[in-house]
Amino acid sequence: MKKEILAKLPYGKSFLFVDELLHVDENGVTGTYTYLENLPFYEGHFKDRPVTPAVILTETMAQIGLVCLGIYLLKNDTSQNVAIAMTSNAIDFLKPVYPGEQVTVTSEKVYFRFNKLSCKVKMENAAGEMVCKGNISGMLISKENG
Amino acid sequence: MNKEEIIEALKTIVEPYSEEVLALAHIDENTDFINDLKINSANLVDIVLDIEEKFNIEIDNDSMAKMLTVKATTEIIAQKLEAHAG
Repeated sequence: MKKEILAKLPYGKSFLFVDELLHVDENGVTGTYTYLENLPFYEGHFKDRPVTPAVILTETMAQIGLVCLGIYLLKNDTSQNVAIAMTSNAIDFLKPVYPGEQVTVTSEKVYFRFNKLSCKVKMENAAGEMVCKGNISGMLISKENG
Repeated sequence: MNKEEIIEALKTIVEPYSEEVLALAHIDENTDFINDLKINSANLVDIVLDIEEKFNIEIDNDSMAKMLTVKATTEIIAQKLEAHAG
């Protein structure tokens, strides 16, 4: 199931921020990603002082915490494709993430109703320290329905 | 709870999700959530969840699909409240 979820992710290589899913069930998901040192945004964020941008941390939390969980929750859906849009997020950023770091994202479902999935998501670094946390919501609509 | 009271409660629920000050001020039965109040589908879900909490009712998928105007929403809330009471 975990491999099937990864295979269904709609992202191209340059914008995929999921390496591995460690656990997934009806109520949540845990997954990891390592920010390789050669990722293109480090060249500009910041000049001579690379730090992972907060938008990328948010995207990573959304891809693992919201999209992977959403694909799992829609697993019994017959359609192959799921249209996804993040609709809101509120994240606190507590520590920087530097090039080469591996992070673990854990997400808990708050609700999944009327195609809207809302999750409480946190990201931890390899030392187990909380990097960022918050809530992310999005609409997941199987393409058959519109 | 009569229709006017439901509309009044609905107005309070909807207000935080719309920036359309004028449409909010003139909210009535004919107000359309998407066209008049410019509320998107994601916020419409939150409005329905708020309605469930406020009126202590459960909204199913079919009802949700109809809840696009104040009129339709008020009718559904009234129906559910009646079913609840009976």
